[in-house]
Amino acid sequence: MTPIDWLFEPLQYAFMSRALVVTAVAAATCAFLSCWLVQIGWSLMGDAVSHAVLPGVALSYILGIPFAVGAFIFGAGAVALIGGVRATTRIKADAAIGVVFTALFALGLVIISVTPSQTDLTHILFGNVLGVTDAEIAQVLVIGAVACTVLFLKRRDLTLFAFDRSHANAIGINTRWLSVLLLGLLALTVVVALQAVGIILVVAMLITPGATAYLLTKRFDRMLVLAVAVTLIAALLGAYASFYLDISTGGAVVLAQSIAFALAYLFGARGGMVPTRLRMARARRSEAAA
Amino acid sequence: MADPILSVSGVTVRYGTVQALRDVSLDLTAGRILGLLGVNGSGKSSLFGAIMGTVVVDAGRVRLFGGSSAAARKRNLVTYVPQSENVDWDFPLSVREVVLMGRYGMLGFTRRPRRIDRVAVADALDRVGLAELADRQIGELSGGQRKRVFLARGIAQGAGLLLLDEPFAGVDKASERTIVDLLRALRDEGCGILVSTHDLAGVPELCDEVLLLQNRVLFRGAPHEALTPERLSLAFGAEVGNP
Repeated sequence: MTPIDWLFEPLQYAFMSRALVVTAVAAATCAFLSCWLVQIGWSLMGDAVSHAVLPGVALSYILGIPFAVGAFIFGAGAVALIGGVRATTRIKADAAIGVVFTALFALGLVIISVTPSQTDLTHILFGNVLGVTDAEIAQVLVIGAVACTVLFLKRRDLTLFAFDRSHANAIGINTRWLSVLLLGLLALTVVVALQAVGIILVVAMLITPGATAYLLTKRFDRMLVLAVAVTLIAALLGAYASFYLDISTGGAVVLAQSIAFALAYLFGARGGMVPTRLRMARARRSEAAA
Repeated sequence: MADPILSVSGVTVRYGTVQALRDVSLDLTAGRILGLLGVNGSGKSSLFGAIMGTVVVDAGRVRLFGGSSAAARKRNLVTYVPQSENVDWDFPLSVREVVLMGRYGMLGFTRRPRRIDRVAVADALDRVGLAELADRQIGELSGGQRKRVFLARGIAQGAGLLLLDEPFAGVDKASERTIVDLLRALRDEGCGILVSTHDLAGVPELCDEVLLLQNRVLFRGAPHEALTPERLSLAFGAEVGNP
């Protein structure tokens, strides 16, 4: 089989073409957003929102409304609840996040367990990208496009917000509005990504790309481009691997991104282990020679 | 006397049962440097917060340029140079990119910089002596250079009121000299500058006036009057009572 055949063979199957489209859109959107999440230190918020959408997804299937609507309502609700708990108690941020998202996740499990319908828990939890419907693809495309467009247009404000909130405030930028915007985009992005890899692994899509790109560059603009490019390649390679090796698609997509992170960790320009050790060894040698 | 550009009157700030500021009043006119001296926990950060509108004021009033803090900030009149420890120096941004953020308040929806903004950034970098390091990542600078990045941001912004939080912490003597010269030049151009500092030795040279703070105003006046052993031991305790 030539490489060309290898590339085109899966596309002959409609389910595989759809899976690749969904995977690519989800990977790109998540990678874009993840750069800000990891820089602000909101990785755990990604984890929380992705788990908290479970009851929303379950209710959507039961009520026959688009899953995106329910997921978004519960994702945004989780953010509001976390903010509310933090504002009105002395509980630390990570505890507030943990309490809220596990409560909502548990609620989702209970709702699914009492619903005699065709909602398949494993599909929601671990993704069912090979079985996405046309309606679901449409939702993914529209939401992905909206999220990416807003991120692109407001990228400078979001970077300022991530870097120096006090300056944003000093020049009259509404930082509260920016955090709401970012959390809203997070909720939207989770909705897209859970189609590709399922609720459990969405958080990987939201953290790994930004963390990988951070190891590769000292410029935020480049970090955005690298995150999207590396993640797209890794995600598609993962999807192809799942086709040929007959392994879990969501698992393979996330694993491929993890491998990309490991490579950046070892060889990345910014503090990669191998180049750093080499530099240190070289410095020692020149010191010894001097 | 000219109208103050910053006027704080009777400001009280409480966090739960802790009183961070009690009935604090001060004003600052254009072309003056006011030094804010006090130990950690004396309310300096709360005072900055009250001026910037990030801390809720329980009593009293803060006016900037004759209006509210929010209105002055919207008009790009205020800049804030944060303490170094509150900045993420590993953030993947270049010196130039950070200074450009000083212009964001003047830019449109996407904050796309115009030619005039790039020129203002280049001028500001020139002025603080960082033109050659403009493309460095901010973490690759020395302590003094890092401070100058944020000063350049304020210059690019064209702010009339500068708030500096501990600008000399972690800065070597040569850089301190550069920063003091810059601040005095900005003052002479008409900026009002409020600077909190631990560095008592540099105070007489830098400040036109000094305010000793310990959750309330202990003293306000000329530097040489403030830096007497009695007054300092009031503000700082025994440690610097006999300099």
